Amino acid sequence: MSALTAVGAALVSVGVAFLAVSAVGLLRLPDLYTRAHGVAKAETLGLILVFGGLLLFPQVDFAVAVRLVAVIFFSVVANPTAVHAIARAARREGLGVWTREPS
Amino acid sequence: MTGEYPSEPVRVTSGVLTPFVAMFGLYIIAHGHYGPGGGFAGGVVLAVGALLPRLALPERIAYGAVPAFAGALSMLVGVLAFLLFGLLPLLAGGAFLDYAHVGIGEVAASRLRYLGILVVEVAVGLAVFGAMVLIFDVLAGRVR
Repeated sequence: MSALTAVGAALVSVGVAFLAVSAVGLLRLPDLYTRAHGVAKAETLGLILVFGGLLLFPQVDFAVAVRLVAVIFFSVVANPTAVHAIARAARREGLGVWTREPS
Repeated sequence: MTGEYPSEPVRVTSGVLTPFVAMFGLYIIAHGHYGPGGGFAGGVVLAVGALLPRLALPERIAYGAVPAFAGALSMLVGVLAFLLFGLLPLLAGGAFLDYAHVGIGEVAASRLRYLGILVVEVAVGLAVFGAMVLIFDVLAGRVR
């Protein structure tokens, strides 16, 4: 296993950890805004790390690398936009924010 | 439901992504006869390329690119092309969709099946694209 592959494996592992954190956040956080906050950031970063790490593996030739970069690019563009649209719609529908004491 | 979405980032992202989404749909359709993909999945993705502008961009642009009559027309053409092209091997003495019996010169049987199913996948993709656009336009009240 070359040094580059080791770096790639480490990046993939860190990315999977971020994806797991975003899944935990989706389950455990109390309302839509906190969940959107957790998922949008952690999942986008996790995807970047996983696919960026895969780029360093020796099995990845040019055609596969183009696909991986496209996945990174489109998820970085589309993911925050989707979360923005959901949170904006919830805000305009008057969905309140979570407070510790039920008001 | 249709029309300009009142948020700048959503409008810009939809406008930038739409051509790539449509191109990816064509890629999946063209991939269907020898890899993962095919007319059904590709037709749906291609339809998203027509529906995203309807949801986020001004109606003049969205319905200028894919007019409201395109759904029913594309579905009709797709289903008819599938049926007629699928029945073609029956005339040549083979089974439904078995293009090995449609002899074109010295082309090998595997090659004939490959090309025939490619045309069938394109027809299925057209039908699914049309059905998706038609369902959306009926729900949005643009087509009765």
